[in-house]
This record gives sequence, structure tokens and C-alpha cells, in this order.
Amino acid sequence: MSDPLFDNAASEGRPVVAWVLIGLGIATLLFGSYVGLFVAPQEKFMGEVYRILFVHVPTAWNALLALTFAFGCALMFLFRGDWRWDARLEAGIEIGVVLSFLLCCQGAIWAKPTWGVWWDWDPRLTTTAVLLAAFLGILALRRFVDDPVKRATWSSVATVIAYVDVPIVYFSVKWWNSLHQMQSTPNTVSSAFHLPLRVNAIGILLLLIGVITLRTRIAKMRLREELAPPEPAAGSAMEYAPGAGR
Amino acid sequence: MSEPVMNEAPVSRKNASRNKWAAVGALGVALVAFLLITVSGIGDNLVYYWTPSDLEANRDKAVGATIRLGGMVKPGSIVGGKNGSTLEFDVTDYKSTVHVKSNGVPPQMFREEIGVVVEGTMTDAGHFECNRLMVSHGNEYRAPKEGEHPDVKELIQSTEGLE
Repeated sequence: MSDPLFDNAASEGRPVVAWVLIGLGIATLLFGSYVGLFVAPQEKFMGEVYRILFVHVPTAWNALLALTFAFGCALMFLFRGDWRWDARLEAGIEIGVVLSFLLCCQGAIWAKPTWGVWWDWDPRLTTTAVLLAAFLGILALRRFVDDPVKRATWSSVATVIAYVDVPIVYFSVKWWNSLHQMQSTPNTVSSAFHLPLRVNAIGILLLLIGVITLRTRIAKMRLREELAPPEPAAGSAMEYAPGAGR
Repeated sequence: MSEPVMNEAPVSRKNASRNKWAAVGALGVALVAFLLITVSGIGDNLVYYWTPSDLEANRDKAVGATIRLGGMVKPGSIVGGKNGSTLEFDVTDYKSTVHVKSNGVPPQMFREEIGVVVEGTMTDAGHFECNRLMVSHGNEYRAPKEGEHPDVKELIQSTEGLE
């Protein structure tokens, strides 16, 4: 087999790096949240409520980043035909969906005390809901298609098309009038709030990379089983699992 | 799950070239969708709220129709709203001003010179009857200055009105 998916089967050891990244991510998030909750001062008008900013904004950045990663994986799979990109695509979309869902929940929790409503169909919220629904749909599509070739191709094409909503989500607050505020810049945020915001963004990013690495590994294992040629005699697909049979 | 589906190399040559065309096609569809929304006029129909000036210009359409009106709460215009009395205030975009009457309890953040989006309709009497009052927050987050403290008591009191 010349496919790298198979070549790497033996060399893939324990995912130490991924676990280290996850550990570092959690530690970073704990530190950032401590600073955000206990060290940073209250906001002038919102008091304590604004503190959800320190998770909401980093979640948004990383959700869009994860889906951008998935978009890149989809293109790489379609142009290169390398199965590893299909595994990464699966991981990227899943994490992107989880983060987008968290984003909507955090937003609702913040919206109730500030805007006075849990949800409203303003352009930012609506396009984000569309984003979540579209990528959930792609995950469902992947579940329902058993043939790995069709699954990979269809979900890659769907990902490329659905990705169009990501820049629309980002620019929605600039293009249309909305209830949601525009993007903040370092100039519109007091410097006392910068540290927890940045630390938490890095924390979620580390978690994101670690979890995507682990999830990709699982997807690769499954793909190896699915794509393995049937062994003539006693062979089973399990032989391709890393570490097995040695 | 465990049964092998394919006997051949993962992506055959035929599939590979077809996939490239699929990628080009998908990028094309995405680009067209993007241009339709951004450059063409479709996006112009996406109106979340009217400004007081929009309302002024289309007053006949606004009477009786459910619409959203967005703008700033004019300083010094807030009347009532305590103990369940009707809350009245002016919404302005610094060009036009619309008088709003609301029955609900305003959210915690409601104050003078803050952005609001009100849902309701324009009445023949010339004021906006609001069923739903939402406060929008800008993109600014400021720490209080030295010695300045947010009035926590007032903040807590104002949350009590939330359903």
C-alpha cells in the first residue's frame, strides 16, 4: 500500500502531543478564566455580566477557525485524494459544530440580561444558526453514507459550499443593521480586559488542536478498517489497528 | 462498520479527476452565493430594523404593520416605567425622532443614550406602540475609571424585573 494512511499505521504511537496540548489548553483556560472572573474589573455599564465576553469571543474565533480548517481539508481531499484529509475534515467539522453550539448558548445567556431577550432573528444570530444547521447536516450526511468514497466526496463538496456562510457570519454585523454589536477592536476594549481575552483564546486554540488531533486519529483508524482489502484467510481488518498484532 | 468496502486503491484515478471538478464546481457555487449576497441587491432586502428616518419616510407603510425600530434613546426623554406604568421615550438617529410607548419592563441595560430595538407598530396617533423592547450594546467595554464603581445595587434592582 502506498497510501500514507496505511504507511503511518505502524508509526502512529500514543497521541502524547495531543494530550499535552489538551492539558496545556485546560490550564491556560483555567488561568484566563481566573483572571477574567476575579482580577479584571467590572465593566462600567454591564457590571459583572460582561465577563462572559472572555469565553464568548474566544469561542467565536475558534469556531470559525475550526470550520476554516475543515474547508481547507475538504479542498485538500478533493484535489489530492489523500484520505488523511477526510479524517481531518471529520474532526474539524465536529469540533466546529460543538464550538458553534456553545457559542449560541453563551450568546443566549449573555443576551437575556443585556438585550432583554434570549434570542432574536437578527442577521448575526440568524447566519450563525444557519452555520450550525448546515454543518450539523454535513455530519448527519457522513453518518448516513456507508461508502467511504462517496461519504468523503459528498461531505467535502458540501463543506466547501456551506463554508460560504463563515465570512457572512463575520461580516453580518457590518453589512446589515443588527442587534448584535460589531466586532470589538483593542481600541474599544479597555486594556484591563485584554489579558483574559487573549489567554482564553489561546487556551481554546490549544484544546482545539489537541482534540482535532485525537479525533483525526479515531477517524483514521475507522477509515483504515473500512478501506482495508479483505484478507485471504484468517485476516481481519483489526490487523490494521495500530499496536494490534505485535 | 468493520467490513471492508473497497478492494482497490483508496481513490482511483477516475475518482481523482472527478473530485477535482467537484471541488471547482463547489467553489463556483460558493462564490456565486457569496456574490449574490454581498454585491447584488439581495442583501439590501435584509432589513432587521428601520431607523427613525426610514420610518419618517415610510410612515403610511408603518401604520398597522409589525416592524422593528432601532435607534438611540434620546437623553431626557424617558418618562414613567416605574411600578408598571407605561414607559415612554424617544428613539432617535439624530436626524428624526420617534416617540415610543412600551408596557413591558425594560431590560437592565436600558438607559439614556443606549441603542434600542423596539418591535411593534406605528399608530395613527403618531407614536410607536412597542410590544417588545430590546437593548443593544455597543462594541465598547470599559473598565470604570479610578475610584468609579458601577452602581451594583442599582444593577441588581433592575434585574428583578426580568421575567
